[in-house]
Amino acid sequence: MTLPPVARAALRAFIVLNAIILLVTYATLLERKFAARMQSRIGPYYVGRPHGWLQPIADALKLMLKEDVVPAAADRGVYNLAPVVFLVPCMLIFATIPFAPELGVADLNIGVLFFLAVSSLEIVGLFMGGWGSNNKYALLSAMRAVNQIISYDLPFVFAALVPVLLAGSLQMSAIVAAQQGLWFVFYPVIGQLAFVAYLVATLAAENRVPFDILEAESELVAGFRVEYSGMKFALIQLGEYAHMLGTSFLGALLFLGGWLGPGPAWLGPLWFLAKAVLVFLVVTWVRWSFVRIRVDQILAISWKLLLPATLVLLLATGFVVATRGAGGG
Amino acid sequence: MPDTQAKQVVELGYGGNERLMMNMGPQHPSSHGVFRMILTLEGETVVGVDAVIGYLHRCHEKLGETLTYVQYPSIASKTDYVAAMTSELAYVSAVEKIARIDVPKRAQYLRVIAAELQRIASHCLWLGTWCLDMGGALGGGATVFLYAIREREMVLDRFEELTGARLLYGFHQVGGTRYDVPPGWDTKVRETVDFIEQRIDEYEAMLEHNTFFRVRTQGVGVISRELAQDVGVSGPLIRGSGVNYDVRRAEPYSSYGDFDFVVPVETEGDCYARYRVRMVEFRQSIRIIRQALDGLPAGPISSRPGVKSVGQVRVPKGEGYARVEGARGEVGCYIISDGSPKPYRMKWRGASFSNLAVLPHIVPGHKVADVVAIMGSVDPVFGEVDR
Repeated sequence: MTLPPVARAALRAFIVLNAIILLVTYATLLERKFAARMQSRIGPYYVGRPHGWLQPIADALKLMLKEDVVPAAADRGVYNLAPVVFLVPCMLIFATIPFAPELGVADLNIGVLFFLAVSSLEIVGLFMGGWGSNNKYALLSAMRAVNQIISYDLPFVFAALVPVLLAGSLQMSAIVAAQQGLWFVFYPVIGQLAFVAYLVATLAAENRVPFDILEAESELVAGFRVEYSGMKFALIQLGEYAHMLGTSFLGALLFLGGWLGPGPAWLGPLWFLAKAVLVFLVVTWVRWSFVRIRVDQILAISWKLLLPATLVLLLATGFVVATRGAGGG
Repeated sequence: MPDTQAKQVVELGYGGNERLMMNMGPQHPSSHGVFRMILTLEGETVVGVDAVIGYLHRCHEKLGETLTYVQYPSIASKTDYVAAMTSELAYVSAVEKIARIDVPKRAQYLRVIAAELQRIASHCLWLGTWCLDMGGALGGGATVFLYAIREREMVLDRFEELTGARLLYGFHQVGGTRYDVPPGWDTKVRETVDFIEQRIDEYEAMLEHNTFFRVRTQGVGVISRELAQDVGVSGPLIRGSGVNYDVRRAEPYSSYGDFDFVVPVETEGDCYARYRVRMVEFRQSIRIIRQALDGLPAGPISSRPGVKSVGQVRVPKGEGYARVEGARGEVGCYIISDGSPKPYRMKWRGASFSNLAVLPHIVPGHKVADVVAIMGSVDPVFGEVDR
């Protein structure tokens, strides 16, 4: 039986969406266990022995059952809409990621561009949440968020464009194909620098420590989501982790060769997942070993260091490609 | 600052015409208890601070007048509950001064060991919570917090073996100490301080080589030498501002003159300088503990008999002030006695209270994120501020 193309795309999207939600739920468990190890703790243990494998499910259930509190002074429409506006782009970024050749929702010919464009849209939901809550902490956090996203999207895009230039294509599957000979992270000098720049910009784009000034528990309590509870809070959390996982997947795809790896072809998605988890763990590692830096210092790092550096890197890549031709090695 | 004095607002030439008033506390993750700061913000920059205290006021000084000299030492620990040994010591020292009671050498050494272990425990908690302030509860700071708490736990275990309590000890009594060391305790203390000494090296490696940690602390919250002396801060704050002042050195009590130690002084006056002072104090405390354990004399632990009744200690008419160097600075206790078993009047000089007074002078001009970093570097305990 063959399905019409629209139905097939919808079915694929449904499967990917649910797989992502499951993955995100377990990414939280992974992070908690990893952090616990770093801090000489055990982490979740009792809910679902051994090692708390049911903990994420329990958390999700708990959040669903929580009372949904709306502040009296909140702008109700904006406040209620914000989590959804925040979540949708975070989920949409997975639309163009192929998990193996021909295994994905849509392998657009401008896949990377789509990813970068959509992932910046989360800021709209974030600002709506900060504004709609009518809370000073949330407002300050939303202001910081806009500052930070504007500053870090450029270096993020520039760093992501280096593999694009090297591969000569914006299509995700073509970029992976171009790494058949040599993963871009091993491309002499340019590859490593771009990967580091990508990781730093990712941290900022995902609002992770040391760039988590919008959440800033010790200053702004919880930042833009200080007034959210229950399922709305869960949606924001889900979006945040989905975004993080999405950028990890993109990093693995752009620099670490995606699904390429030894073994039969069906191992491809697993290789891809393993690489994405590796990137995710690096990000987590940074999170648990740094202090948060100040808003002006964050902006200084972006505008004075990261942006010029990535720009120069992009130019250098352009020269290399112009002289040696695109493609890995 | 007196009430009549207007709040200090720093003019920064801000073009906009709106200022944001933001309440930080009394319920706030990094208010270190219940402290309320009303911040006036221009964008992210703080231009004015109103500090409101008193949310933890428990009438401690009045309480001291209703309890006898035997009863109060175990309550005294509740003023500064993070360094409980300090305030107990200040109280009994004041009583001993009025009554001219001698304290046996062994008790003096035990008091020193307790005080220095307490300093280590208190500084552990400070380091953890301060990093928590800068890193966030889920951020990098939580890692240091959990490490520091782990070390503090070891000290608390030693205190538990000594007194049976982990937070509020009741270890001191007028004329000496209530408990002698249990068998094998000194070996365990030595192991503990050896272990902690290694860990301090680890913290320093982890923090001082971290550029982000340095940019967050260096040049932030500078207290000038003059300001420190005018406001009357003490402890690590004044030593971080280039003043070599330590009660243990300036007015040695409880045989501190017997020990060889260094009073760390840094001249920059910023958060990093205060951090450095405390890190050196860790090591110096360990040094003093080792010397005290080595030279611990035999003999009685108290010049007075053990506690039998609440009215047992009688003090002649008179008044006395005793001060000790606590983890946060100079802790003083002033007692006026009318000859009855209870003091006529008692007054605390809390180190945190005086240290906190410096906040409105140094916070304006900094960003919101720096407020919590500065606040953490002052290391206030609100039990002691409000009493």
